[in-house]
Order: sequence, then C-alpha cells, then structure tokens
Amino acid sequence: MDTLTIDNSPAPFPTDTAKAETMSPNHHFDLAATPLREVNSALHGDISGEIVIDNPAGAHAVAAGVNAPVKITVNGHVGYYAAGMNQQAEVVINGNAGTGVAENMMSGTVIVKGNASQSAGATAHGGLLVVEGDAAARCGISMKGVDIVIGGNVGHNSAFMAQAGRLVIRGDAGHGLGDSIYETRIYVRGDVASLGADCIAKPMREEHLEELAGLLKAAGFADDDLSAYTRYGSARELYHFKVDNASAY
Amino acid sequence: MCGIVGLHLRNPELHPRLGAMLAEMLGEMQDRGADSAGIAVYGNPEWAPPGHGCVSLLELDVVPDEVASTLGAAVGVPVAAQLVDTTLVVSAPVPAEELLGAARAAYPDALIAGFGADLTVLKGVGAPRDLTESWGLAHASGWQGVGHTRMATESAVTPSGAHPYAVGPEQCLVHNGSFSNHATIRRELRAEGVEFDSENDTEVGARFVAHQLAAGKDVETALKEVCATFDGFYTLVVSNHDSFAVVRDAIACKPAVIAETDDWVAIASEYRALAKLPGVENARIWEPEPEVVYAWTR
Repeated sequence: MDTLTIDNSPAPFPTDTAKAETMSPNHHFDLAATPLREVNSALHGDISGEIVIDNPAGAHAVAAGVNAPVKITVNGHVGYYAAGMNQQAEVVINGNAGTGVAENMMSGTVIVKGNASQSAGATAHGGLLVVEGDAAARCGISMKGVDIVIGGNVGHNSAFMAQAGRLVIRGDAGHGLGDSIYETRIYVRGDVASLGADCIAKPMREEHLEELAGLLKAAGFADDDLSAYTRYGSARELYHFKVDNASAY
Repeated sequence: MCGIVGLHLRNPELHPRLGAMLAEMLGEMQDRGADSAGIAVYGNPEWAPPGHGCVSLLELDVVPDEVASTLGAAVGVPVAAQLVDTTLVVSAPVPAEELLGAARAAYPDALIAGFGADLTVLKGVGAPRDLTESWGLAHASGWQGVGHTRMATESAVTPSGAHPYAVGPEQCLVHNGSFSNHATIRRELRAEGVEFDSENDTEVGARFVAHQLAAGKDVETALKEVCATFDGFYTLVVSNHDSFAVVRDAIACKPAVIAETDDWVAIASEYRALAKLPGVENARIWEPEPEVVYAWTR
C-alpha cells in the first residue's frame, strides 16, 4: 500500500542543551584525511546536529545506514549506494551520485544536486529522494513506498516492478517505463520513449493534481505547470494468472 | 566486475603526465579487479620510439639481447628489446607488421600482447597497483592510454586472460562485463580463418572488431555490429592510434562515466578513477547512453 502523506518536515534538531555541550553541534569530516569507515561509524554512533563531509571523491557508501534525525551535507561526487538504507536523516549531496543512491531508504530525505547513476532509490520503502539533474536507467526499480522526484530525465526501465510510492519525472523517460508495475503512481512532464508491460497512461483527477503539487513543492519545484504532466500506472492485467495465457508457459 | 579506464589527451602539455594520470586511474580501479591488469600506452618514446614499428611480447623466456639480435637478423636493421616487468617490448625502424612477422616466426609460442606504431601493451598477473609500479607507468608519456583491472569470470587468470586485447595494428580493446555468446562467435571467426590466443570472451570481441576494421568498416560501424552480434553485459573502450571510442550494451548495467574538458577526455568504470584528474571539478561529466557509440579523434 502506498501512502498519501508527504512528510518533508525538516529534521528536528536536538535542543537538549546537556547533549549540545558534550557534542559539537557541527561535525566536519574530510574524506581526504579520515577513512570512510571511521566517518560512517561516527554517523552510526551518538551524533546529532549538522554534519558536513568533504572530498568524497566518488567513494562508495558515503553516509549509508544512518538512522538519526541529522542533516548531512556531502560536498562532491559520491560513488555507489550513497545514503543507502537511510532513516530519518536529511542528506544533501552537492554533486553527482553513483549507482543506487538512497537504495532501500526507509525514511528521511536525500537530495542530489547533480545527476544520479542507475538504480536511484532502488527498493526504497519511504522518505523522499530528489535528484535535481537526470537519473540514469532503472530509477526507482522495485520501489516500495518511497517518493522520488527527478528534475530532469530518467533512463530506461525506470520504475521496473515498482510496488508503491510515487515517481515524478520533470523531463523525459526512457524505454520501458513502469514495466510490470504494481501500484506506484508515475507522473511525467516530458515524453516517454515507451511504456513497459502493463503500464498505461491514466487520467489526472483532482487528488492526483493535489498529490503531484505536494511532491513538487516538497522537492523545490513548486512552480511547475501541473497540466503538463501525465499520470501513468498499472493496468493491473498482470496481477493474476489468466488461463488464456497458459500456452505461453 | 572488472574496471576499465581510458584517457585521451588533447593538450600536448599534459603528454609527459599521461602515465602518472593513467596509473592513478588504474590504481583506483583495483577494488574492481585485483587478479591481473594491463595497459596500452600510445606515444611513449622510451618504449615505442617515434617512427618505429613496435611489438609487445609475453610468455617469452629469452633474454632481451638475444631477441634483439635474432629479430635484427630477420628484419635486417637493428632491433631494440627491453623487458618491462614481464612484457618484452621490441621496436625497430620497420613497419610493425614486419617486426611482428619476424617475432611470430622466431618465437611461435610467445603471446603477442600488441603491435603497431607508437603502441606499447603491458599486462600481467597481480594487483594493479603493484603492476603499475613494476612497469614504471608513472614515468610514461604519451597522448593516449587505456587500462583494465580484472576480476576473472570467463577464463583463467593468466597474462593471456588479461586485457587489453590488442589484436589489430594499433588497436586495443578493454571490457567491463561479460559476453555470453562468445563461444559461438569464436567458432564463426575461426571458420573464417581468425586465430585466437585464449578462451577469453573479450578476445572474441577484440578479434571481431579487428575483423570488421580489416574489412574496411569504420570504428562506429564496427561497434554497432558488436551491439547487433554480441549478447551479454558490456562497456567497451576501443582505442586506435589517434582515437578512442566507448560503447555500452542495451541493458547498460555495467557502469561507465565519461568526463571531458578542453585538455582531455577520460572514461572509467567509476567516477572515483577520474577524481584526481587535473580540472575534473570543471569537467563535463556524463554516463554514456546504451548502444550509442562515442568516439574522439585527435
């Protein structure tokens, strides 16, 4: 089941003064000087407030597995699985992201200021992923409840077997959009090269316009003309075995 | 897994730094494959004197001086031979094919790693960073280089299983991925008289491309033929004396990142291999689209 609420409220920063005295409110890590394991280990420990990570230089798994209401800013391009499995944290990547950014995210927000490679937001259950540039192939593959907003285009087989959540594409979509889709709703402003099996265009009703407006606002694209978007979703023809298709097996 | 890198320099001022840049890129890809590695360098005068034909030989247990005199007697001019780690690099002021013919006749069991004008191909078994150190790659100059770090899946960990595959004059191919129908294509190419050095899938790709180019097709057409003929997952870099090209399969699950500045064009399996290149912070960075051939010529 997908959710209709958008939780994009800023991460609640701690006001506990006793804690603030023992922990610096701002943590700064330089990946050119500190090993990634040490940085991620610190992020998994007792940490709060705002965290800045410099010089990622394409490293993998930057800020993966965080489970705390912190704000993490990464300055530079990251490698695979950045902010993967994220819970609660608001992660901003000032650069491009490699394969699988925010894969399996449960909650929180991940914002990529540049482009994202393949499988952005793969299998993610919750939270919001924003890619301000383009996302490559298989964006939102098997998404399970996450909201994804892409500022530009997405590559082929995006939302493949998508199960829940919403995917907004402000540009064009590559071939096979929404192939074998379950119940994710997809909104596309530009052209779709081709739709995958069982994915069809659907009418935009009032509740969809409202949902789209909320998603765009949450992602910082509040000025878009909603009438330029088309909704896509499941034709629900692949849900059940049809005896007429028996010869195909 | 495997890692690939390619660097094509546009600014001649960077030529003395080619090897250092390539070594950094290759070292960063060691995590993607650490059982063997190889490089091709175009235009390093220490290994490939300008205007000379060059041949790189592996699995040859003969001292360089003896190789030089044997091949010199065969081609009728002095031949230079030096051992760069385990690769024997020979050159002479004759066309590369002539030197290659002499080497094949004198040492039929040697593995031809590569041949052509200005081209040196070095490969070996071991960790990529150790190999680049043994080759002295950081001191090499040139205008173009490609490299590969291997995590073997399709054939044995041997020098003949390491990339690049440089099977046509000045041509080189490195591959991140795997071909699934290589046995069929190898059989077809063998039926047309093409000879193979290994059971490696990538060698089939390289022989296929060389076969296409020898038939007069251009690189772009040859690579489109690869897309139409080969089944599997691949990102390929195909270099020639003055050019290099990149292509990915239709599924495009094997990674590739291209970065371009006024001074250079670079490709790697991952961005981190490009992260130390001069001026990368202002480079145009993108991922190649599936089945689109990208090519650069100097």
